[in-house]
Amino acid sequence: MKPIVKSSEELLPHLFRQEYAKMTAVLCRHFGLAHIELAEDIASETFLKASENWPINGIPQNPTAWLYTVAKNKLKDYFKHTAIFESQVKKQIIASPISDQQDFEFDPKIIADSQLAMIFAVCNPGNPMENQICLALQILCGFSVGEIANAFLTKTETIKKRLLRARNQLRKDHFRIKELNEKEIRQRLETVLRTLYLLFNEGYFSKTNNQLIRKDLCSEATRLALVLTDNPLTKTAQTYALLSLMCFQSSRLEARTNPEGEAILFEDQDKSLWDNALIEKGNYYLIHACSGAEVTKYHLEAGIAYWHTTPTDQKKWEHILQLYDQLILIENSPVTALNRLFALAKVYGNEKAITEAEKVNDNHSNSYHALLGYLHAERNIDTAIEHYQQAINLTKSGTEKKTLIKEIKRLTKKKTHNKII
Amino acid sequence: MKEFALIFRLNNTTDFKPSPEQMQERMNWLAGIASQNKLADKGNTLLPTLAGAKTVRPNNVVSDGPYTEIKEFISGYIVIRTDTIEEAVEIAKSNPIFKIGGNIEVREVLKRD
Repeated sequence: MKPIVKSSEELLPHLFRQEYAKMTAVLCRHFGLAHIELAEDIASETFLKASENWPINGIPQNPTAWLYTVAKNKLKDYFKHTAIFESQVKKQIIASPISDQQDFEFDPKIIADSQLAMIFAVCNPGNPMENQICLALQILCGFSVGEIANAFLTKTETIKKRLLRARNQLRKDHFRIKELNEKEIRQRLETVLRTLYLLFNEGYFSKTNNQLIRKDLCSEATRLALVLTDNPLTKTAQTYALLSLMCFQSSRLEARTNPEGEAILFEDQDKSLWDNALIEKGNYYLIHACSGAEVTKYHLEAGIAYWHTTPTDQKKWEHILQLYDQLILIENSPVTALNRLFALAKVYGNEKAITEAEKVNDNHSNSYHALLGYLHAERNIDTAIEHYQQAINLTKSGTEKKTLIKEIKRLTKKKTHNKII
Repeated sequence: MKEFALIFRLNNTTDFKPSPEQMQERMNWLAGIASQNKLADKGNTLLPTLAGAKTVRPNNVVSDGPYTEIKEFISGYIVIRTDTIEEAVEIAKSNPIFKIGGNIEVREVLKRD
């Protein structure tokens, strides 16, 4: 039986991911982003104290409140020291701006506002997209350099460099949310949404096997999108569409992997594990996303996700194909093209999809071979296995490898079974 | 693509306040349209209460309530995007309003701009 009370080794990493970013964001209000390191130091020290204190004294009744109290005291100490430095060491009268900055609270409103400021700071168009995401993973989601490197399948050194460059850019920018005017917020919103979208996908399609990280990432991205819907400037149709997409996808999080972390194919998912409350929220936000003539990638993807969670409709795959047809006009990526072919197979049959797929001819992509393997599996087991094998050789994801090997085993079994008959 | 307004009519104000189940059903219906990228405007509900509805007629005649003819009143509208009016009618047919004796008027939108 599982113990009800979690040990601090279990609880802390989760809390760290959840609260570190919020804490840093709120602390940043007092230091400004130019000194984000100070805020991060205080947040880190707070968690360090917890990791020393909790195993000995036990987990406090309200761990989050405990953390914030410690952070608050550390901030006070910091200001006291600076005040002494300012007044005595530098022989100056107590610096006035510091004292009125002392009273700070971690109430939900302030957290939301601070995080909004952080999101917009991170999504600085002066930084290339991948640097923005690295920074977002670190600042908004409390990821370690190692974890980011894992997610990007790159060396930690590369990530360190990216983060350094991104932070330098932020410092130059002296960003504060209050200084951003309406026009700037609107301009950056697109990048902000894109970053949240990628954050979510990082969790949803992640290469890492750690379930907890993945779920934390998805819920963090969703929560941040929700923050955007609280602000009149940022609650656009696009924001609602993205949030709707996140809700629909999240509703299937529990069902799409087994306890070993292997992916479960859509058709084999236990639909009773789908989260109905999230599906309803997805519906709600999707309806809110329909104002004005604007149709974005998020609208279409939310639509596709909607049909995936609606198991009964007979025309389901026709709707999905139609949406992919529109999506491919907005964003012609290999992933979209392959997903469209999957829908095409559902509507017009595998043969037709195979002909179309051969036109795409994306030989270096594991997804391309995985799709061809799937399309051939019914009629031509040998060709299917060949493609699956190529997909295995090309993929970098352990989870995908496992799933594909399983599929090959199933096909081989079916083949010998056919022979016996 | 053309746009069509779907105008919902009810004839009993007690039906106006939907039960949670009815609300759910409506949301599902709307989400189905939205997810086909055919919901041009999620529209609004029009309050039928005596305080929230008046009819203004010539010669400064103002009457309370939403009724234009007998007991029927407009309860709301949405705008959808389809190729033909037939398709719009098909979409309207699946609305749960008919279960409570309401009806839907489908009207092509002629944009002013």
